[in-house]
Amino acid sequence: MIYGGKKIFAGLFIFVVLLISPFLANIGKADAQPNPSLNTPTIDALAAKQCVGSAQFMRTYHMQLLNEWRDQALRHGEYTYVNSQGQKFTISLENTCLKCHSNEQQFCNTCHTYVGVTPYCWECHQKGATQ
Amino acid sequence: MKIWSSLVAVLALVLIAWLGTGVAGLYTVFGVGIPYLAFLIFALGFIYRILKWGRSPVPFCIPTTCGQQKSLPWIKQNKIENPSGTAGVVGRMILEILFFRSLFRNLKTEKRGDKLGFGSAKWLWLGGLAFHWSMLIILLRHLRFFLDPVPSLLQGLDGLDSFLQIGLPILYITDIIIVAALLYLLARRLFVAQVRYISLASDYFPLFLLLGIATSGIIMRYFLRVDVVSVKELALGLVTLRPTVPADIGSIFFIHIFLVSSLFAYFPWSKLMHAGGIFLSPTRNMANNSRRVRHINPWNYPVDVHSYAEYEAEFKEKMKKAGVPVETE
Ligand code: HEM
Repeated sequence: MIYGGKKIFAGLFIFVVLLISPFLANIGKADAQPNPSLNTPTIDALAAKQCVGSAQFMRTYHMQLLNEWRDQALRHGEYTYVNSQGQKFTISLENTCLKCHSNEQQFCNTCHTYVGVTPYCWECHQKGATQ
Repeated sequence: MKIWSSLVAVLALVLIAWLGTGVAGLYTVFGVGIPYLAFLIFALGFIYRILKWGRSPVPFCIPTTCGQQKSLPWIKQNKIENPSGTAGVVGRMILEILFFRSLFRNLKTEKRGDKLGFGSAKWLWLGGLAFHWSMLIILLRHLRFFLDPVPSLLQGLDGLDSFLQIGLPILYITDIIIVAALLYLLARRLFVAQVRYISLASDYFPLFLLLGIATSGIIMRYFLRVDVVSVKELALGLVTLRPTVPADIGSIFFIHIFLVSSLFAYFPWSKLMHAGGIFLSPTRNMANNSRRVRHINPWNYPVDVHSYAEYEAEFKEKMKKAGVPVETE
């Protein structure tokens, strides 16, 4: 015997719907994994297609690297980055990173949209300022 | 002892997840099997507990009240502290659930010299509220791993929580608050002698478990990073019932979700069920209307009564013979 059965079942119904809402929301949706494009004229022209770090490192740590670069350039006036291989790069979002990755839409945004992050690069940097 | 055993239990969970994935490579077990199992235990256990409570009768009308009851029209009723109908009860319940209103009345009793003093004690209320709201916001933010596309409302919440724009990945304010609140709630049990005296392992364990979850999440976001795109693939795989385990996710992630799975599986059998229990508390969810509406005790069973009229009818003759005065006649 359940006392106040109607209210209890209504409450449980709401509980279950909330709990399985992520399952319900995804019904009939195809997995749309991001597929960032590495095909830009600059990258295609490169002999060795290698970023400043390994793909795995860049995938997980690029945001921290960018943050470090910003602090080094703007707060310490240090414009040279030396990677784990000892190679030197100029610290510059627009002239180093975006020189190769000039396709923001097909590169940066694919993953950022997928995982729901909104970087605030363009609050300071101007789009299309690459020299 | 209660403290150490709880701490060791949580550390053991961390170790199990680390050995299970980092050493034994059981990624599917820890990334798919255990989370699904924990989810099922949580859902079914929660329903079971609620139905079990639903089977307990409420023999009396026992709302706790602390304001003027509904009375004569010229006496002002306190509609929330002493609700007389459904609307008042709902209002009171909402305030209780969202703002812990009854905890706000928490008092501290202290002996000052030879006088007894009562004072307001709001820290527990503040710490509890800070923890629960951060937890809610963190859970909602985590939905970004389970929904594709990420709803703009969730993105807005994310933006608010990270609006200080400290570091990258941007620091969430709720990350600081949840850890601070949990540490406060733990310190209260450790350093207030009376509270420590009544604290059990089942009080410490959830605190350590939640601290473990928050800490592993924070380590994963700010220090030992994992590839969030792969995490989302895994999470979406779970909710579309097409589970996959991407190859390149670090053990810290599996530690995080193993602790979360443990929390989910533990939830229905622990004091954490107050989340469901609050709705079924007779002292909160009843209207104080016992003078207008008769509360029938569901325990009542038919009682054989023998009224005086029946008694007299039965023994009238004998009573008259014995000279006992009778009423009828
Ligand atoms: C009780 C449930 C959970 C709690 C309390 C919790 C708590 C946290 C906390 C406090 C953080 C730090 C960063 C932030 O606040 O977002 C975090 C990060 C994280 N959590 Fe959880 N978590 C829970 C469940 C999960 C689940 C089920 C997953 C599986 C998809 C997950 C995956 C992650 C990931 C991938 C991060 C790192 C996020 C990033 O790098 O941006 N968490 N978690």
